[in-house]
Amino acid sequence: MKLALLFSFFITVFWGIPALATVKYLKNAKPLPKQVVRLGNGGEPKELDPSKSTGVPESHILDNMYEGLTGLDPVTLSAVPGVAEKWGTSKDGLTYTFNLRKNAKWSDGTPLTAEDFVWSWARALSPKLASEYAYQLYYIKNGKKFNAGEIKDPKKLGVKAVGKHKLVVTLEQPTPFFTRLTAFHTLYPVPRHVIKKHPGQKWTKPGVSVSNGPYVLKEWRLNSHIKLVPNPHYWNKKLVKVKEAWFYPIENEDTEERTFFAGKLHKTDEVPVLKIPTFKRQIKKAPNKYHPYRSDPYLGVYYYRFNVTKKPLNDPRVRRAIALSIDRTLIAERVTRGGEQPATTFTPPNTGGYTYAPTLPTRLNNEGLKEARKLLAEAGYPGGKGFPKIDILFNTSEKHKKVALAIQQMIKKNLGINIGLYNQEWKVYLDSQRKLNYSISRAGWIGDYPDPNTFLDMWVTNGGNNQTGWSNTKYDEYIRLAAKTDDQKKRLGYFKQAEKILLEELPVLPIYYYTKTSLISQDLKMQTNDGKLIEYVSNVQDRLFLKNLVLAR
Amino acid sequence: MYRYALKRILGIVPVLLAVATITFFIMRLAPGGPFDTDRQLPEEVLKNINARYHLDEPLYMQYLRYMKSLLQGDLGPSFRYASHSVNDIISETWAVSASLGVAGLIYALFLGVTAGVLAASKPNSIRDFVPMTISLLGICLPSFVIGPLFILLFGITLNWFNVSGWEQPSDIVLPAISLGTMYAAYVSRLTRGGVLDVVKQDYIRTAKAKGLKGSTIMLRHTLKGGLLPVVSFLGPATAGILVGSFVVETIFNIPGLGRFFVQSALNRDYTLVMGMVLLFATLLLVLNLIVDLIYAVLDPRVSYD
Repeated sequence: MKLALLFSFFITVFWGIPALATVKYLKNAKPLPKQVVRLGNGGEPKELDPSKSTGVPESHILDNMYEGLTGLDPVTLSAVPGVAEKWGTSKDGLTYTFNLRKNAKWSDGTPLTAEDFVWSWARALSPKLASEYAYQLYYIKNGKKFNAGEIKDPKKLGVKAVGKHKLVVTLEQPTPFFTRLTAFHTLYPVPRHVIKKHPGQKWTKPGVSVSNGPYVLKEWRLNSHIKLVPNPHYWNKKLVKVKEAWFYPIENEDTEERTFFAGKLHKTDEVPVLKIPTFKRQIKKAPNKYHPYRSDPYLGVYYYRFNVTKKPLNDPRVRRAIALSIDRTLIAERVTRGGEQPATTFTPPNTGGYTYAPTLPTRLNNEGLKEARKLLAEAGYPGGKGFPKIDILFNTSEKHKKVALAIQQMIKKNLGINIGLYNQEWKVYLDSQRKLNYSISRAGWIGDYPDPNTFLDMWVTNGGNNQTGWSNTKYDEYIRLAAKTDDQKKRLGYFKQAEKILLEELPVLPIYYYTKTSLISQDLKMQTNDGKLIEYVSNVQDRLFLKNLVLAR
Repeated sequence: MYRYALKRILGIVPVLLAVATITFFIMRLAPGGPFDTDRQLPEEVLKNINARYHLDEPLYMQYLRYMKSLLQGDLGPSFRYASHSVNDIISETWAVSASLGVAGLIYALFLGVTAGVLAASKPNSIRDFVPMTISLLGICLPSFVIGPLFILLFGITLNWFNVSGWEQPSDIVLPAISLGTMYAAYVSRLTRGGVLDVVKQDYIRTAKAKGLKGSTIMLRHTLKGGLLPVVSFLGPATAGILVGSFVVETIFNIPGLGRFFVQSALNRDYTLVMGMVLLFATLLLVLNLIVDLIYAVLDPRVSYD
């Protein structure tokens, strides 16, 4: 007995204390990061009412404060269960039935019911609220008419609560991406019990704000920061690891970069373009060392619009000649330099399972050049002779100017045409573009959801975002057919037919697909919705889900 | 003097009304509106928005509506920051800009007056050349050069201060210096010029003849008159510095008013533009009045009676 006691004493002294010390030392050497995440968020959110909000900075915050019927996989962006545990579609693709989880609650403990969605969607569509994004709900039966004030009774909307936990949604037409749309903030539920008590804007402010997502609004200081903390009533709070998230509206990229390297941010929203070559050199020098710079594909395309109502760009041969004379790879590698990919189609590849085989050259080649010159001669301007004076319009920005200069040079060198450049302040430029008061105009399009429809339906005759004067009845027909069918294979087939016409007629000149560049701290990791730890991955829509973030080493 | 002050204060009101009216109509002449984006909104949506913000009414109606609420002290809702009214935005951010401005101004005055006096005390000597060359540099180096330089040196290399943000008291130091340096440079040149003008005056010679000490003459007599150009410069400078600096606030990511000045116009945030212009105009008018009153105190030749 005595011996045993003595033995254990020695074990403790000789092994236990050093072991403890080692553990402590290791801990001191590598302190585990506290779960406080600091993120650069681009700009000050315009507002935090999910039904009205439109911008990316606000979506980063709303996506964490609220949860829709569905959620999204943080990597693939496919729909996963959210407030709805499961859902089903009718055969014609027009009716969706969502089964809501019984333990879904608002952050003040009030149960979340199907009626909340009915009320929230009717509110988002009401003419009185005047939401800019109301059209995200036009897919719902009578949504557009209700928003236009033609129907006054919200009961006529295609959304019905059956009991407390079942929601039946009827659509205007088959919408295969609808379950991804329900994970978009316009379709999030809003706390009707709070809004009724605090109408106006007060209900979106900290202290009053109540939400149903993994996080709640703790602080909001204008132009300073927004702080989110976990929602104690979130149904899946087990998954939530980050205890505090700070969003900083840092507009200046250089300020953001300096703040990051001073160790005050885990993620930046942007990277200063001039720094990218340095970062790339650093990566090349030490390929095995962690470097925070990354560039990821982003669901968007940078392009030029052609005004097809005016000579000489009313001739498709001229438009094609210009499209063939441009070296897109050179622009991406030497001018923009943020890892952008040359755009040979309008819809970025792999958008919702859709990739259109490229038809435009990525690089300048002799064959294309020969064809371009021939087309130009056929159009009546051999060697660029007699070509009317036209200009490229862009909104005032160094980056757009550089791209425009490169394109101006390429057209001059390859086709012998002199094209002018002029810039206008953003709102003036939008006005000129809308009034077709231009010849060639810079533009960009970011997809609303990962599906080719968001890139292609804008080019239908008189579409609000067309703004080129281009019209093609066959094209319109394919887009209409695609909207009518729920058969995904057929649908994508129609889109391919449509894109083929678009790229033959070329009312637009695709230049490159956008990328999202950012600086990511080595400590910022991700977890899947099952809680598996993975390295940080970005998604094509820059959607940010705090519940999928973890600080770890 | 009091009657004069009262008259001036009453005069501010019609000036502000004129400023409000002119701004209102000029702003509407610019193409584009607050809700234009590169995604064209459906007509139904646009109609709802225009109705909500009364943008569908004739312009004179909108003007009357705005003036009516303005007279009640309500600057209206911001078009862009829809969760905030313009009153909210100003009351939430002015204190930040003002404290930064005051710090910058104190720094500028202290440094500028000292350098100016030093230079004027022995013109065309090394004591003059060194501070004046430095001040010339200060005028030439804009805050968007000085700011990042300070951040690199004191923020990143020496790690004495935060590189951006507005969380600790020490966060005021670098921005205030960046903001004040250019003003300090102006103040030093104005002080030097003013002091050199006064030194030639008869009453200074009288003071010398009375056998006063050089430093007493400088502080009691010369500086009083020599600072007059600085005082008249300070009126508009203070107004400018108090409503914030777009550049410094952007570089240091400071939650002040300055950013809204530029952004509101670019965003066609009509109500916020009006709020900012009126705030600036009021400050300018009030500070100019104060400057004129200080003149009377500093210079016995000026009298308002």
